[in-house]
Amino acid sequence: MEHHSILRVVSKLLISPIILYALYVQWHGDYGPGGGFQAGVVFAVAFILYALVYGVDEMMRILPPRLLHALAGVGVLIYAGTGVVTMLLGENFLGYNVLSHDPKHGQEWGIIVVEFGVGLTVASVMMSIFIAFACHNPPIKDEEW
Amino acid sequence: MSADLLGIATIDILLFTFLVVTAIAIMHLRNLFAVVMLAGVFSLLSASLFVTLDAVDVAFTEAAVGAGISTVLMLGTLALTVREEKKPVHSVFLPVLVCLVAGAALIYGTLDMPAFGSADAPIHLHVAPAYIERTPIDTGVPNIVTAVLASYRGYDTLGETAVIFTAAIAVLLLLGAGIRQSGKDGGKE
Repeated sequence: MEHHSILRVVSKLLISPIILYALYVQWHGDYGPGGGFQAGVVFAVAFILYALVYGVDEMMRILPPRLLHALAGVGVLIYAGTGVVTMLLGENFLGYNVLSHDPKHGQEWGIIVVEFGVGLTVASVMMSIFIAFACHNPPIKDEEW
Repeated sequence: MSADLLGIATIDILLFTFLVVTAIAIMHLRNLFAVVMLAGVFSLLSASLFVTLDAVDVAFTEAAVGAGISTVLMLGTLALTVREEKKPVHSVFLPVLVCLVAGAALIYGTLDMPAFGSADAPIHLHVAPAYIERTPIDTGVPNIVTAVLASYRGYDTLGETAVIFTAAIAVLLLLGAGIRQSGKDGGKE
């Protein structure tokens, strides 16, 4: 893709706003539409766009597949771990009220942590699946499109 | 008020027309690259319809997943297989019959449904008012969708996250983990 200078410039301009928007959707999910799932997908899209334009190998230099596989598991563990923590604090599994002295703050903390777990898993899973597809075969030649 | 309704009706009719045209085009095309692109368009149109139904969270997911990631993953799948769909070898009579019967059943099912937007529809009388009433008291989270998703129905969302994780494991088992150039694992698929 070396000769597609318009694609390269435009994608470079787009990637940082996409990541910023993903972070906004992730942490603003309790106020506006969105949450961990959508944020994870948008975050993954930024890196997939990078990989589409600059090649998967460049993406794998920043995010090696092994790291992504580990992070996908860590996300689920953060979610389930929040439930275990609330159980250890004497509430039900995923009963966030005990996470802070004020039940409402506890709920907000619980939701933020859990959504972070979802976002981490979704982003890593989407990128792992993309890498698995992209690495399975040599990339398609430009003229075949 | 009536001008508003007219505007919404116009947008709905336009979106549904495009949706049906896209669906018919997807059925007729044999070039799978074009089909994948049109499937993305279909998702984007569905997302717009969800916005007109005030379901912004669903619309957001549909736009990001259906129009965004799915299209890329379908293109990735396309790279592993052929570009042209084969001509069907069997008659189209049975599939058409199944579609017509299923469609007729669905339309028959809508006859019993309450009018669109009616305030005394069962869904607005059962648990929805309780969620709307209790979310600010219980959680203090302004977006009720988030409160239901992550707090009231936290178990379900945990299950969904596990499903996504399982999907990744399944794809990686089928396609290989993508660790090809790293030297040590070079020989593995």
